[in-house]
Amino acid sequence: MALLEVKDLSVVFARKGEREVRAVDGVSFDVDAGEVVGLVGESGCGKSVTSLAIMGLLPKRGVRVSGQATFDGMNLLQTDERTLRDIRGRDVAMIFQDPLSSLNPVVPIGLQVTEVLTRHRGMKGEAAKKEAAHLLERVGIPDPTRRLKEYPHQLSGGMRQRALIAMAVACAPRLLIADEPTTALDVTIQAQILELLKDLVRDSGTALLMITHDLGVVAGMCKSINVLYAGRRVESAPRRVLFAQRHHPYTVGLLGSIPRLDAPKGEKLRPITGSVRDVLPWAEGCAFAPRCFNRVDRCVDGPPELVWTAAQHGYRCVNPVMEAETAK
Amino acid sequence: MTLTGRKKEKIDRLGELAGAPEESGQSLLREAFKRLRRNPAAIAGAIILGLFVLIALFGPFLVPHDPVEPIGVDNGEVRSGQGIIPGISGEHWLGYDHQGRDEFSRMIVGARQTLWVGVVATFFGLAVGSLVGGLAGASYGLGGKWGRRLDGFLMRTVDILLAMPSLLLAVSIVAILGRSLLSVMIAVGMVSVPVFARLLRGSMIAQSSSDYVLAATALGVKRNKIALSHLLPNSLAPVLVQATLTLATAIIEAAGLSFLGLGNPDSAAPEWGVMLADAQGFLDVRPGLAIYPAVGIIITALGFTLLGEAMREALDPKLRK
Repeated sequence: MALLEVKDLSVVFARKGEREVRAVDGVSFDVDAGEVVGLVGESGCGKSVTSLAIMGLLPKRGVRVSGQATFDGMNLLQTDERTLRDIRGRDVAMIFQDPLSSLNPVVPIGLQVTEVLTRHRGMKGEAAKKEAAHLLERVGIPDPTRRLKEYPHQLSGGMRQRALIAMAVACAPRLLIADEPTTALDVTIQAQILELLKDLVRDSGTALLMITHDLGVVAGMCKSINVLYAGRRVESAPRRVLFAQRHHPYTVGLLGSIPRLDAPKGEKLRPITGSVRDVLPWAEGCAFAPRCFNRVDRCVDGPPELVWTAAQHGYRCVNPVMEAETAK
Repeated sequence: MTLTGRKKEKIDRLGELAGAPEESGQSLLREAFKRLRRNPAAIAGAIILGLFVLIALFGPFLVPHDPVEPIGVDNGEVRSGQGIIPGISGEHWLGYDHQGRDEFSRMIVGARQTLWVGVVATFFGLAVGSLVGGLAGASYGLGGKWGRRLDGFLMRTVDILLAMPSLLLAVSIVAILGRSLLSVMIAVGMVSVPVFARLLRGSMIAQSSSDYVLAATALGVKRNKIALSHLLPNSLAPVLVQATLTLATAIIEAAGLSFLGLGNPDSAAPEWGVMLADAQGFLDVRPGLAIYPAVGIIITALGFTLLGEAMREALDPKLRK
């Protein structure tokens, strides 16, 4: 059985007097122990809401969460807050997008790391400080004992994200959720942070759910990739299968909009037209249809179903891209 | 001349920025303190308050005359019934008051009680207000349905306090507790409770939706720990600024209570508010008797206000470079 099984997860934001917004609409995916799984999509497709729902971090008011998120046999969505607090940080930890705002500005880094150690591993005083320094060293922060006394604003962006990663892996969680961990960093630091995450996952056997808008980020590290669009999973496949052949026009477009070094000279980038606001409600047809280059009349006949091929490749499209060449 | 001076300072600061290695472990508070030292208003406020505190601490040992002894009546110089109250002289720098006591000595000794009442009352208001506001803010920000109910209950109670005119509230508290110095302090402090409570609550609620609180929650940190070690330190700055400003109003309000005859029951003990109240019968004879304590109160309140405003600027993240 998978370490994390997300099944039919839906999140609806409902406020009195306002139209309901279905941010996540029946999303399912698995994360096996020690495996890296990618969740890809552009802003507003529901990927961050998915991760917050799994962690139970969405506000209780005005939010309806349904479906299942089974971690190690326990449905996290049905678990009471007290048990969740024990699980968070110890068994499942999370890394956020903006390292500066995710750190408390008036508390030294050291205290923020030892806080986790005290909470879940019962460490205190010198022992906790020592372990905190050790953790900072492990995530590649030089001179850790000095850094422990410093405040977040004194660290560089990459350093801050490393500190947050140190806090997240402090208790050797079995699942790590990284919500766009490199978005706020510049490109060279991005590569370093991804490398660090890869190493940590390989050394500790932690499973990693990698949430990103950048297919390039997941290309190098994920075992399988799920592509979300407008709250639904539109394509899912093991990495090798997906990069060899993409069926859903959205995925084709995501990859086509990334510059490649091996592209023929003079080839233009092909952005996806329109924006994520131009969606069709899923009930009326494919939400991507208004922006799709492969659109046919059948697209708006009704909601498309997820179709699976033999190679564990699923796509939600009535007129899929069947040959790599047609995408060019 | 001034231009070169300013230029030099600018160059020095550039040098600081370029060459000086940043001190490790420099906290936001220390940075705020640095900004405070560069602000002339803060320096002025600090000097006024420093003098005031020194006078309050050591004044009673240095005064030329006993502040409660009616020297002027004893030696026949003061006959207030006939409107004879001598003014400034070499022996008595600010003259006598209506009971023949040395006005200068009373001003100096009175500083102590004035400061003491202001500080204790403000501290009382700060403590109670922060407790109520902190509890309400934390339970609203981090708690569920019951948290919001507790917050509602606490804040409606505070609203009731806020609905009463402050002087009326203070007068009724003194009336209930009986006339004593302590009840004056409690009454004046009570008036500022709603201000502190609302301020801390608002600032804690604003902080509770910040990313670092979410991050701490995602690490399983317990709610009371989040409230105390994350929310509180980030919410305290505006409350502390308010405390310095409240000190000024507390002194004025304590003086007001004394003026109404609800101050310290030991009416011979010198206090600026009492002195002001006593002077009202002799405004036509010796207006100075009202002016000296009034100026004392104004200058002290000004000192606290200057420092408080400067602190607000220094701690405001939006005004940082």
